[in-house]
Amino acid sequence: MVSEPVLQTKHLGKKFGKRWAVHDLNLVVRRGEVFGFLGPNGAGKSTTIRMILSLIQPSTGSVELFGRPLVRHRSEVLKRVGGLVEKADFYLYLSARRNLEIVGRLLGRTSAEEICRVLEIVSLTDRADDRVKTYSHGMKQRLGIAQALLGSPELVVLDEPTSGLDPQGIKEVRELVGRLSRDQGMTIFLSSHLLHEIEQTATSMAIINRGRLVVQGSVRDLLSDRDVKVRIEADPAERAREVVAGLPFAADVLMEGKFIEAKLPPDRIPEVNHLLVQLGIEVRALVPKRSLEEYFLAITEGISEVTPDDKIGEGGKA
Amino acid sequence: MRTIFGDELIKTYFKWRSYIAFIAIAIIVPLVMVAMRMQGDVMVKSITRGLSQDFFLVGNILNGYFVTYFIMNALWIHIPFLLTLGAGDQLAGEAAAGTFRIILTRPVSRTRILATKYCTTLFYTSTVVVFLVALSVVVGLLLFGTGALLVPGKTLTIIPANDVPVRILFACLLAVWGMWVVASLAFFLSSLVDNPLGPIIGTMAVIIIFYVIGAIPADLFREFKPYLFTTYLDIWQKALEQPIPWNEVLRSGAILGGYSIGFYLVSWYIFGRKDILS
Repeated sequence: MVSEPVLQTKHLGKKFGKRWAVHDLNLVVRRGEVFGFLGPNGAGKSTTIRMILSLIQPSTGSVELFGRPLVRHRSEVLKRVGGLVEKADFYLYLSARRNLEIVGRLLGRTSAEEICRVLEIVSLTDRADDRVKTYSHGMKQRLGIAQALLGSPELVVLDEPTSGLDPQGIKEVRELVGRLSRDQGMTIFLSSHLLHEIEQTATSMAIINRGRLVVQGSVRDLLSDRDVKVRIEADPAERAREVVAGLPFAADVLMEGKFIEAKLPPDRIPEVNHLLVQLGIEVRALVPKRSLEEYFLAITEGISEVTPDDKIGEGGKA
Repeated sequence: MRTIFGDELIKTYFKWRSYIAFIAIAIIVPLVMVAMRMQGDVMVKSITRGLSQDFFLVGNILNGYFVTYFIMNALWIHIPFLLTLGAGDQLAGEAAAGTFRIILTRPVSRTRILATKYCTTLFYTSTVVVFLVALSVVVGLLLFGTGALLVPGKTLTIIPANDVPVRILFACLLAVWGMWVVASLAFFLSSLVDNPLGPIIGTMAVIIIFYVIGAIPADLFREFKPYLFTTYLDIWQKALEQPIPWNEVLRSGAILGGYSIGFYLVSWYIFGRKDILS
């Protein structure tokens, strides 16, 4: 079952001076998804989000929300979207409640109960009448999420919502995203530079690097199962290589220095281990490395000219 | 029911920076008044010296209206600097604080947000000017009492005591009209940058340069003078001439209004297309 797209970017691009911050970006986010938008710092995530929320004018292409072009139907479609762009900033000298009233008024239909409701969701009810100036970073971030939830939007866009939060805060945000998606049926667009974060919260994902889309598809397809590259540390190594190479489900078996590398289906890794041990080979480690993860680590570590493995494209490159 | 305009007023008047202008005025006005209370007679004598040889002046020349006029005249050049603190902050302040990200991602158009903020700027400017005039009149009348207003100038104008309140009210309105140009300039500069310091200093710089050009009696500068808005900022004084030169009031008023509208339109053009990167 494929639901309709709530957000689409079509050949979206933004040029700052001579540099393309975002180039020919085609994203499709469907109703009900938790969409993870993954990329290293400076990849163009924030620029894309700013274009989606009308803070930046695209140089090329367009943004469509709920099937309508943003430029022509701005007010109409933005009523159905809530957003938090980068870190949460507020009028520090006003109370949280007053800040939410200001945002709510721009939405045009926000009652006092609605403000209480979103404050409740992020557990800020007790501090609602304190000036935001007195808030900790984590509380501001929560208030940022609260303002994105005003008016029960159909699509919530959150730009690095866990940045700067402590582990407890990260966990809370993650759980909140899950609840919003499950219980309220909201579509969530979530950006992050951390693969595991997307892996834990998202159902679909796209990776962007240097302003360009690398891959897009469901998290399940992209991040798990099929043909994981496994590094095997065993002694004697050569004997182990021969054994692994003889397995019908193993592919690309080769020696990498002292280690063996092979592509294996993840559910059969224990079987391989068992077999090697039975044959009297000492197995020190079996380390599965997913190709996408390897690729993503490479780009985040700044190894510049990496191109994605061909294998990755199978996940459904747009 | 509150409106977006109401919210902008809250944003402006809940910020302590907005009160610098009011505090400065609240300090200066009583200070000048007390000084005049102590030494005003000497000053009045110097103004009326030429006259008292030919005329016999009766009544209270150093009255509340006269000191109001005196203060408006003395502070005229400086009030714009106080205004820029509020006006220059309107757009650039939001950019600097990052709050554009929560308001410009909402279904209200930028044109409407800008119009609301401009109205707020004009409102703020008006309250500062009205505060200056009202405080001067109130403290002046308390300390010096009432009387006819004697306006020194090329010729000495005397306005009967009964007419003075209306004239001062009119002068106040014209002063507000003139200061709206200064506020519009600061507002326009505020649309260009992401830091309120730029528009504040920029507005002051423009005003100083214009005043200097207008004051230097060189032929080159004399040609510019009719095009500088600072030439017309003394429009309020025309309300205290006898009779009121309506033609000049209308002409100066139209030029000042043109400047205000011009600054607003340019800021609208810039702000509507601006990428919010802060």
